[in-house]
Amino acid sequence: MKAAPFDYSRAADIDEACAWLAADEGARVIAGGQTLVPMMVMRLARPTRLIDINRIVALSYIRSDGDGVAIGATTRQCVVERDPLVGSKIPLLARAIPNIGHAATRARGTIGGSLANADPAAELPLVAVTLDAVLNYRAGGETAEIPAREFFIGPMITSLPAGGCLVGARFPVWPGGRIGVGFHEVNARRSDFAFVSAAVQVELGSDGKCKRIAIGVGAATDFPMRLESAEQQLTGSALDAKAVDAALREALADVDTLEDLHASAEYRRRAAISLASRAVADALAQAHGKTAHAH
Amino acid sequence: MRIELNVNGTVHEIDVEPRTTLLDCLRDLLDLKGAHAGCEHGVCGACTVLFDGVAVRSCLMFAAQAAGTPITTIEGVTPGPGELSPIQDAFCETHGTQCGYCTPAMILVAHALLADNPEPTRDQIVDAISGNICRCTGYAQIVEAIALAAERLRGANRPRSFNK
Repeated sequence: MKAAPFDYSRAADIDEACAWLAADEGARVIAGGQTLVPMMVMRLARPTRLIDINRIVALSYIRSDGDGVAIGATTRQCVVERDPLVGSKIPLLARAIPNIGHAATRARGTIGGSLANADPAAELPLVAVTLDAVLNYRAGGETAEIPAREFFIGPMITSLPAGGCLVGARFPVWPGGRIGVGFHEVNARRSDFAFVSAAVQVELGSDGKCKRIAIGVGAATDFPMRLESAEQQLTGSALDAKAVDAALREALADVDTLEDLHASAEYRRRAAISLASRAVADALAQAHGKTAHAH
Repeated sequence: MRIELNVNGTVHEIDVEPRTTLLDCLRDLLDLKGAHAGCEHGVCGACTVLFDGVAVRSCLMFAAQAAGTPITTIEGVTPGPGELSPIQDAFCETHGTQCGYCTPAMILVAHALLADNPEPTRDQIVDAISGNICRCTGYAQIVEAIALAAERLRGANRPRSFNK
Protein backbone atom coordinates (compact mmCIF):
# COMPACT_ATOMS: atom_id res chain seq x y z
CA MET A 1 0.00 0.00 0.00
CA LYS A 2 2.64 2.51 -1.00
CA ALA A 3 2.24 5.04 -3.80
CA ALA A 4 4.46 4.78 -6.87
CA PRO A 5 7.24 7.40 -6.96
CA PHE A 6 6.32 10.91 -8.11
CA ASP A 7 7.70 14.44 -8.03
CA TYR A 8 6.19 16.91 -5.61
CA SER A 9 5.75 20.64 -6.25
CA ARG A 10 4.06 23.11 -3.98
CA ALA A 11 2.38 25.87 -5.99
CA ALA A 12 2.65 29.45 -4.75
CA ASP A 13 -0.33 30.60 -6.80
CA ILE A 14 -2.95 29.24 -9.14
CA ASP A 15 -1.16 30.22 -12.35
CA GLU A 16 1.96 28.38 -11.25
CA ALA A 17 -0.19 25.31 -10.58
CA CYS A 18 -1.81 25.61 -14.03
CA ALA A 19 1.56 26.06 -15.75
CA TRP A 20 2.92 22.88 -14.13
CA LEU A 21 -0.28 21.06 -14.95
CA ALA A 22 -0.06 22.09 -18.61
CA ALA A 23 3.63 21.13 -18.81
CA ASP A 24 3.20 17.54 -17.65
CA GLU A 25 0.37 15.31 -18.84
CA GLY A 26 0.84 12.94 -15.92
CA ALA A 27 0.64 15.67 -13.27
CA ARG A 28 -2.30 15.84 -10.87
CA VAL A 29 -3.43 18.53 -8.48
CA ILE A 30 -3.65 17.48 -4.84
CA ALA A 31 -5.97 19.36 -2.52
CA GLY A 32 -7.24 17.43 0.54
CA GLY A 33 -6.03 14.13 -0.92
CA GLN A 34 -8.75 12.10 0.77
CA THR A 35 -9.66 10.36 -2.50
CA LEU A 36 -6.47 10.81 -4.51
CA VAL A 37 -4.11 9.36 -1.90
CA PRO A 38 -6.11 6.10 -1.48
CA MET A 39 -6.16 5.82 -5.30
CA MET A 40 -2.39 6.33 -5.37
CA VAL A 41 -1.54 3.81 -2.64
CA MET A 42 -3.74 1.23 -4.37
CA ARG A 43 -1.84 2.16 -7.54
CA LEU A 44 -5.08 2.96 -9.32
CA ALA A 45 -3.60 6.42 -9.90
CA ARG A 46 0.07 6.95 -10.74
CA PRO A 47 0.64 10.67 -11.25
CA THR A 48 4.14 11.63 -12.34
CA ARG A 49 3.91 14.84 -10.34
CA LEU A 50 1.71 16.08 -7.53
CA ILE A 51 0.97 19.78 -7.59
CA ASP A 52 0.05 20.76 -4.06
CA ILE A 53 -2.37 23.71 -3.98
CA ASN A 54 -3.06 23.52 -0.23
CA ARG A 55 -0.89 26.52 0.62
CA ILE A 56 -2.44 28.89 -1.92
CA VAL A 57 -4.12 31.17 0.60
CA ALA A 58 -6.23 32.89 -2.08
CA LEU A 59 -8.10 29.61 -2.77
CA SER A 60 -9.51 29.30 0.75
CA TYR A 61 -12.49 31.57 1.39
CA ILE A 62 -16.22 31.76 2.02
CA ARG A 63 -17.81 35.07 1.11
CA SER A 64 -21.00 36.73 -0.05
CA ASP A 65 -20.84 37.28 -3.79
CA GLY A 66 -23.80 39.22 -5.19
CA ASP A 67 -26.84 36.97 -4.89
CA GLY A 68 -24.74 33.96 -3.97
CA VAL A 69 -22.06 32.61 -1.69
CA ALA A 70 -18.63 31.92 -3.17
CA ILE A 71 -16.45 29.19 -1.70
CA GLY A 72 -12.78 28.72 -2.58
CA ALA A 73 -11.56 25.41 -3.98
CA THR A 74 -9.28 24.50 -1.06
CA THR A 75 -11.75 25.50 1.66
CA ARG A 76 -11.95 22.50 3.98
CA GLN A 77 -15.26 20.68 4.20
CA CYS A 78 -15.18 20.97 8.02
CA VAL A 79 -14.90 24.76 7.72
CA VAL A 80 -17.90 24.99 5.38
CA GLU A 81 -19.81 22.62 7.69
CA ARG A 82 -19.58 25.10 10.57
CA ASP A 83 -19.67 28.37 8.68
CA PRO A 84 -22.54 30.66 9.79
CA LEU A 85 -22.91 32.29 6.34
CA VAL A 86 -23.26 28.87 4.72
CA GLY A 87 -25.69 27.77 7.46
CA SER A 88 -27.99 30.73 6.89
CA LYS A 89 -27.63 31.27 3.11
CA ILE A 90 -26.99 27.79 1.66
CA PRO A 91 -28.63 25.50 4.23
CA LEU A 92 -28.72 22.57 1.81
CA LEU A 93 -24.91 22.55 1.69
CA ALA A 94 -24.68 22.71 5.50
CA ARG A 95 -27.21 19.89 5.72
CA ALA A 96 -25.34 17.64 3.25
CA ILE A 97 -21.76 18.02 4.45
CA PRO A 98 -21.98 15.90 7.64
CA ASN A 99 -22.74 12.96 5.31
CA ILE A 100 -19.30 13.23 3.67
CA GLY A 101 -16.86 10.70 5.15
CA HIS A 102 -15.90 11.28 8.77
CA ALA A 103 -14.80 14.30 10.78
CA ALA A 104 -11.16 13.28 10.19
CA THR A 105 -11.59 13.21 6.40
CA ARG A 106 -13.67 16.42 6.34
CA ALA A 107 -10.80 18.07 8.24
CA ARG A 108 -8.64 17.66 5.12
CA GLY A 109 -11.15 17.18 2.30
CA THR A 110 -11.91 20.28 0.26
CA ILE A 111 -14.89 21.65 -1.63
CA GLY A 112 -13.01 21.89 -4.92
CA GLY A 113 -11.41 18.47 -4.54
CA SER A 114 -14.73 16.72 -4.18
CA LEU A 115 -16.28 18.64 -7.09
CA ALA A 116 -13.30 18.00 -9.39
CA ASN A 117 -13.25 14.31 -8.43
CA ALA A 118 -16.87 14.02 -9.66
CA ASP A 119 -17.74 10.78 -7.91
CA PRO A 120 -21.37 10.01 -8.87
CA ALA A 121 -22.07 9.11 -5.21
CA ALA A 122 -20.48 12.20 -3.68
CA GLU A 123 -22.59 14.74 -1.81
CA LEU A 124 -21.02 18.01 -3.02
CA PRO A 125 -21.60 17.43 -6.76
CA LEU A 126 -25.24 16.61 -5.95
CA VAL A 127 -25.70 19.83 -3.98
CA ALA A 128 -23.94 21.83 -6.72
CA VAL A 129 -26.27 20.41 -9.37
CA THR A 130 -29.38 20.82 -7.22
CA LEU A 131 -28.64 24.47 -6.47
CA ASP A 132 -27.28 25.27 -9.96
CA ALA A 133 -23.90 26.30 -8.60
CA VAL A 134 -21.39 27.79 -11.02
CA LEU A 135 -17.82 26.47 -10.94
CA ASN A 136 -14.86 28.76 -11.66
CA TYR A 137 -11.59 27.52 -13.02
CA ARG A 138 -8.31 28.90 -14.20
CA ALA A 139 -6.57 27.67 -17.35
CA GLY A 140 -3.88 29.26 -19.48
CA GLY A 141 -3.95 32.51 -17.49
CA GLU A 142 -7.71 32.94 -18.01
CA THR A 143 -10.60 32.50 -15.59
CA ALA A 144 -13.77 30.85 -16.85
CA GLU A 145 -17.04 29.47 -15.51
CA ILE A 146 -18.96 26.24 -15.99
CA PRO A 147 -22.49 25.66 -14.64
CA ALA A 148 -22.56 22.58 -12.40
CA ARG A 149 -25.07 20.89 -14.72
CA GLU A 150 -22.53 21.06 -17.55
CA PHE A 151 -19.51 20.25 -15.38
CA PHE A 152 -20.33 16.65 -14.45
CA ILE A 153 -20.43 14.58 -17.62
CA GLY A 154 -19.62 11.04 -16.44
CA PRO A 155 -18.44 8.99 -13.47
CA MET A 156 -15.27 10.80 -12.27
CA ILE A 157 -15.35 12.77 -15.54
CA THR A 158 -15.83 16.52 -15.81
CA SER A 159 -15.75 19.08 -18.58
CA LEU A 160 -12.81 20.87 -16.92
CA PRO A 161 -10.27 21.42 -19.73
CA ALA A 162 -6.88 19.70 -19.50
CA GLY A 163 -4.49 22.00 -17.67
CA GLY A 164 -7.38 23.69 -15.87
CA CYS A 165 -7.64 23.97 -12.10
CA LEU A 166 -10.81 24.70 -10.11
CA VAL A 167 -10.67 28.00 -8.26
CA GLY A 168 -14.01 27.89 -6.48
CA ALA A 169 -17.75 27.50 -6.72
CA ARG A 170 -20.56 29.99 -6.39
CA PHE A 171 -23.80 28.75 -4.85
CA PRO A 172 -26.86 30.93 -5.63
CA VAL A 173 -28.85 32.01 -2.58
CA TRP A 174 -32.61 31.77 -2.99
CA PRO A 175 -34.27 35.01 -1.99
CA GLY A 176 -37.31 34.80 0.27
CA GLY A 177 -37.57 33.68 3.86
CA ARG A 178 -39.65 30.53 3.57
CA ILE A 179 -36.95 28.16 2.40
CA GLY A 180 -36.67 24.56 3.51
CA VAL A 181 -34.15 21.85 2.64
CA GLY A 182 -33.95 18.09 2.85
CA PHE A 183 -31.14 15.62 2.25
CA HIS A 184 -31.24 11.83 2.51
CA GLU A 185 -28.94 9.04 1.44
CA VAL A 186 -28.70 5.30 1.91
CA ASN A 187 -25.42 3.46 2.38
CA ALA A 188 -24.09 0.28 3.98
CA ARG A 189 -22.49 2.09 6.92
CA ARG A 190 -22.47 5.68 8.06
CA SER A 191 -20.00 7.67 5.93
CA ASP A 192 -19.72 5.07 3.18
CA PHE A 193 -20.48 5.96 -0.39
CA ALA A 194 -24.17 6.45 -1.00
CA PHE A 195 -26.06 3.88 -3.05
CA VAL A 196 -28.57 6.63 -3.70
CA SER A 197 -28.91 10.16 -2.38
CA ALA A 198 -31.47 12.94 -2.74
CA ALA A 199 -31.30 16.69 -2.14
CA VAL A 200 -34.23 19.07 -2.15
CA GLN A 201 -34.72 22.78 -1.66
CA VAL A 202 -38.18 24.32 -1.48
CA GLU A 203 -39.49 27.86 -1.31
CA LEU A 204 -43.06 28.43 -0.17
CA GLY A 205 -45.14 31.40 -1.27
CA SER A 206 -47.27 33.49 1.08
CA ASP A 207 -50.20 31.15 0.25
CA GLY A 208 -48.21 28.20 1.65
CA LYS A 209 -47.91 26.63 -1.81
CA CYS A 210 -44.67 25.63 -3.48
CA LYS A 211 -43.27 28.67 -5.24
CA ARG A 212 -40.04 27.00 -6.30
CA ILE A 213 -38.51 23.55 -5.89
CA ALA A 214 -35.23 21.90 -6.87
CA ILE A 215 -34.92 18.11 -6.63
CA GLY A 216 -31.58 16.38 -7.22
CA VAL A 217 -30.73 12.67 -7.14
CA GLY A 218 -27.18 11.33 -6.77
CA ALA A 219 -25.49 7.95 -7.17
CA ALA A 220 -28.41 6.61 -9.23
CA THR A 221 -26.81 7.57 -12.55
CA ASP A 222 -23.32 8.39 -13.85
CA PHE A 223 -23.55 11.92 -12.46
CA PRO A 224 -26.05 13.82 -10.30
CA MET A 225 -29.32 14.56 -12.05
CA ARG A 226 -32.22 16.96 -11.56
CA LEU A 227 -35.79 15.72 -11.71
CA GLU A 228 -36.99 18.63 -13.82
CA SER A 229 -40.37 17.19 -14.80
CA ALA A 230 -41.23 16.64 -11.12
CA GLU A 231 -40.04 20.15 -10.27
CA GLN A 232 -42.36 21.59 -12.95
CA GLN A 233 -45.33 19.48 -11.86
CA LEU A 234 -44.94 20.33 -8.19
CA THR A 235 -44.39 24.07 -8.54
CA GLY A 236 -47.60 25.79 -7.46
CA SER A 237 -48.86 22.69 -5.61
CA ALA A 238 -49.26 22.14 -1.87
CA LEU A 239 -46.62 19.37 -2.07
CA ASP A 240 -48.95 16.77 -0.63
CA ALA A 241 -47.34 13.38 -0.26
CA LYS A 242 -49.39 11.62 -2.95
CA ALA A 243 -48.69 14.23 -5.60
CA VAL A 244 -45.00 14.26 -4.72
CA ASP A 245 -44.77 10.47 -4.93
CA ALA A 246 -46.54 10.40 -8.31
CA ALA A 247 -44.35 13.16 -9.74
CA LEU A 248 -41.15 11.45 -8.54
CA ARG A 249 -42.27 8.08 -9.93
CA GLU A 250 -42.96 9.58 -13.29
CA ALA A 251 -39.68 11.52 -13.35
CA LEU A 252 -37.65 8.41 -12.56
CA ALA A 253 -39.66 5.94 -14.67
CA ASP A 254 -37.43 6.10 -17.74
CA VAL A 255 -34.13 6.82 -16.02
CA ASP A 256 -31.48 4.21 -16.69
CA THR A 257 -30.28 3.73 -13.10
CA LEU A 258 -26.91 2.16 -12.29
CA GLU A 259 -26.58 -1.49 -11.33
CA ASP A 260 -23.65 -2.97 -9.41
CA LEU A 261 -22.78 -5.48 -6.67
CA HIS A 262 -24.30 -3.25 -4.00
CA ALA A 263 -27.65 -2.40 -5.50
CA SER A 264 -29.74 -3.35 -8.50
CA ALA A 265 -31.02 -0.76 -10.95
CA GLU A 266 -34.57 -1.32 -9.71
CA TYR A 267 -33.52 -0.89 -6.08
CA ARG A 268 -31.84 2.38 -6.96
CA ARG A 269 -34.99 3.62 -8.67
CA ARG A 270 -37.18 2.72 -5.69
CA ALA A 271 -34.71 4.16 -3.19
CA ALA A 272 -34.42 7.37 -5.21
CA ILE A 273 -38.21 7.82 -5.10
CA SER A 274 -38.34 7.16 -1.34
CA LEU A 275 -35.35 9.33 -0.44
CA ALA A 276 -36.48 12.21 -2.64
CA SER A 277 -40.00 12.12 -1.17
CA ARG A 278 -38.54 12.15 2.37
CA ALA A 279 -36.31 15.05 1.41
CA VAL A 280 -39.32 16.96 0.00
CA ALA A 281 -41.26 16.26 3.23
CA ASP A 282 -38.36 17.52 5.37
CA ALA A 283 -37.95 20.62 3.23
CA LEU A 284 -41.67 21.35 3.38
CA ALA A 285 -41.82 20.90 7.17
CA GLN A 286 -38.81 23.17 7.59
CA ALA A 287 -40.26 25.87 5.34
CA HIS A 288 -43.62 25.68 7.16
CA GLY A 289 -41.83 25.87 10.50
CA LYS A 290 -40.29 29.15 9.46
CA THR A 291 -43.75 30.63 8.93
CA ALA A 292 -44.91 29.50 12.35
CA HIS A 293 -41.75 30.92 13.84
CA ALA A 294 -42.28 34.30 12.18
CA HIS A 295 -45.73 34.74 13.74
CA MET B 1 13.63 16.00 -0.32
CA ARG B 2 14.57 17.66 2.96
CA ILE B 3 11.72 18.81 5.21
CA GLU B 4 11.21 20.15 8.71
CA LEU B 5 8.56 18.32 10.66
CA ASN B 6 7.22 19.72 13.93
CA VAL B 7 6.14 16.72 16.00
CA ASN B 8 5.13 16.94 19.66
CA GLY B 9 6.88 20.28 19.98
CA THR B 10 10.20 19.16 18.48
CA VAL B 11 11.32 20.19 15.01
CA HIS B 12 13.00 17.35 13.10
CA GLU B 13 14.96 17.93 9.91
CA ILE B 14 14.62 14.81 7.81
CA ASP B 15 14.99 13.45 4.29
CA VAL B 16 11.87 11.91 2.77
CA GLU B 17 10.74 10.72 -0.61
CA PRO B 18 7.74 12.69 -1.88
CA ARG B 19 5.72 9.45 -1.68
CA THR B 20 6.51 8.88 2.01
CA THR B 21 3.27 9.26 3.92
CA LEU B 22 3.21 11.18 7.18
CA LEU B 23 2.39 7.84 8.86
CA ASP B 24 5.48 6.06 7.49
CA CYS B 25 7.62 9.07 8.28
CA LEU B 26 6.48 9.13 11.93
CA ARG B 27 6.94 5.39 12.39
CA ASP B 28 10.04 4.64 10.35
CA LEU B 29 12.06 7.85 10.42
CA LEU B 30 11.11 9.34 13.79
CA ASP B 31 10.54 6.00 15.54
CA LEU B 32 7.16 7.15 16.87
CA LYS B 33 5.26 3.88 16.70
CA GLY B 34 2.06 5.13 18.33
CA ALA B 35 0.34 5.99 15.04
CA HIS B 36 -0.62 2.55 13.76
CA ALA B 37 -0.69 1.31 10.20
CA GLY B 38 -4.01 -0.46 9.67
CA CYS B 39 -5.58 -0.26 6.26
CA GLU B 40 -3.23 2.43 4.90
CA HIS B 41 -5.94 3.83 2.67
CA GLY B 42 -8.01 5.98 4.98
CA VAL B 43 -10.69 3.57 6.12
CA CYS B 44 -9.73 2.27 9.59
CA GLY B 45 -8.55 5.41 11.40
CA ALA B 46 -5.70 3.65 13.29
CA CYS B 47 -3.16 6.16 11.97
CA THR B 48 -4.96 9.26 13.33
CA VAL B 49 -2.78 12.14 14.53
CA LEU B 50 -3.59 15.71 15.46
CA PHE B 51 -2.64 18.12 12.67
CA ASP B 52 -2.75 21.62 14.09
CA GLY B 53 -5.00 20.21 16.82
CA VAL B 54 -7.45 18.55 14.43
CA ALA B 55 -7.74 14.76 14.04
CA VAL B 56 -6.61 13.64 10.56
CA ARG B 57 -5.51 10.40 8.94
CA SER B 58 -1.71 10.36 8.67
CA CYS B 59 -1.83 7.69 5.92
CA LEU B 60 -3.70 10.11 3.65
CA MET B 61 -1.09 12.85 3.78
CA PHE B 62 2.42 12.89 2.43
CA ALA B 63 5.09 13.95 4.92
CA ALA B 64 6.18 16.74 2.57
CA GLN B 65 2.70 18.27 2.84
CA ALA B 66 2.86 18.28 6.63
CA ALA B 67 6.07 20.33 6.85
CA GLY B 68 5.77 23.30 9.16
CA THR B 69 2.44 22.40 10.78
CA PRO B 70 2.37 21.26 14.44
CA ILE B 71 1.63 17.55 14.71
CA THR B 72 0.71 15.70 17.90
CA THR B 73 0.95 11.93 18.17
CA ILE B 74 -0.09 9.76 21.11
CA GLU B 75 3.48 10.09 22.39
CA GLY B 76 2.85 13.81 22.77
CA VAL B 77 -0.28 13.78 24.94
CA THR B 78 1.25 12.60 28.21
CA PRO B 79 1.97 15.36 30.75
CA GLY B 80 5.36 13.82 31.64
CA PRO B 81 7.41 10.61 31.57
CA GLY B 82 5.52 7.76 33.20
CA GLU B 83 2.33 9.80 33.43
CA LEU B 84 -0.94 9.53 31.56
CA SER B 85 -3.31 12.22 30.32
CA PRO B 86 -6.80 12.26 31.89
CA ILE B 87 -8.17 10.69 28.70
CA GLN B 88 -5.58 7.89 28.78
CA ASP B 89 -6.38 7.31 32.44
CA ALA B 90 -10.08 7.04 31.66
CA PHE B 91 -9.38 4.45 28.92
CA CYS B 92 -7.46 2.33 31.47
CA GLU B 93 -10.15 2.60 34.11
CA THR B 94 -13.08 1.69 31.90
CA HIS B 95 -11.17 -1.05 30.02
CA GLY B 96 -11.40 1.06 26.89
CA THR B 97 -8.31 -0.70 25.55
CA GLN B 98 -8.51 -4.32 24.46
CA CYS B 99 -5.87 -5.39 21.97
CA GLY B 100 -4.74 -1.76 21.88
CA TYR B 101 -4.38 -1.42 18.13
CA CYS B 102 -7.03 1.28 17.69
CA THR B 103 -6.37 2.89 21.09
CA PRO B 104 -3.88 5.69 20.30
CA ALA B 105 -6.15 6.92 17.51
CA MET B 106 -9.27 6.69 19.69
CA ILE B 107 -7.53 8.73 22.39
CA LEU B 108 -6.40 11.40 19.92
CA VAL B 109 -9.90 11.63 18.46
CA ALA B 110 -11.18 12.05 22.02
CA HIS B 111 -8.61 14.81 22.62
CA ALA B 112 -9.78 16.68 19.51
CA LEU B 113 -13.44 16.19 20.46
CA LEU B 114 -13.07 17.36 24.06
CA ALA B 115 -10.93 20.34 23.12
CA ASP B 116 -13.78 21.47 20.89
CA ASN B 117 -16.76 20.29 22.93
CA PRO B 118 -16.20 19.76 26.67
CA GLU B 119 -19.71 18.41 27.18
CA PRO B 120 -20.41 15.93 24.37
CA THR B 121 -23.60 13.88 24.33
CA ARG B 122 -23.32 10.12 23.86
CA ASP B 123 -24.37 10.59 20.21
CA GLN B 124 -21.65 13.15 19.66
CA ILE B 125 -19.04 10.79 21.14
CA VAL B 126 -20.27 7.97 18.91
CA ASP B 127 -20.16 10.27 15.90
CA ALA B 128 -16.63 11.42 16.77
CA ILE B 129 -15.25 7.87 16.87
CA SER B 130 -17.34 6.63 13.93
CA GLY B 131 -14.32 6.93 11.64
CA ASN B 132 -12.21 4.63 13.83
CA ILE B 133 -12.60 0.89 13.66
CA CYS B 134 -12.11 -1.30 16.77
CA ARG B 135 -11.84 -4.90 15.58
CA CYS B 136 -12.23 -6.14 19.19
CA THR B 137 -15.62 -4.34 18.97
CA GLY B 138 -15.01 -2.73 22.36
CA TYR B 139 -16.89 0.41 21.44
CA ALA B 140 -19.08 0.54 24.56
CA GLN B 141 -16.09 0.90 26.88
CA ILE B 142 -14.45 3.42 24.55
CA VAL B 143 -17.56 5.59 24.61
CA GLU B 144 -17.67 5.19 28.40
CA ALA B 145 -14.01 6.20 28.67
CA ILE B 146 -14.52 9.39 26.68
CA ALA B 147 -17.61 10.31 28.71
CA LEU B 148 -15.66 9.73 31.95
CA ALA B 149 -12.72 11.80 30.73
CA ALA B 150 -15.07 14.60 29.67
CA GLU B 151 -16.66 14.64 33.11
CA ARG B 152 -13.27 14.78 34.85
CA LEU B 153 -11.88 17.46 32.56
CA ARG B 154 -14.96 19.58 33.17
CA GLY B 155 -14.39 19.22 36.91
CA ALA B 156 -10.69 20.04 36.73
CA ASN B 157 -9.51 23.49 37.78
CA ARG B 158 -12.85 24.42 39.26
CA PRO B 159 -13.58 25.25 42.88
CA ARG B 160 -14.65 22.12 44.74
CA SER B 161 -18.08 23.61 45.41
CA PHE B 162 -18.80 23.42 41.65
CA ASN B 163 -18.17 19.68 41.52
CA LYS B 164 -21.29 18.03 42.77
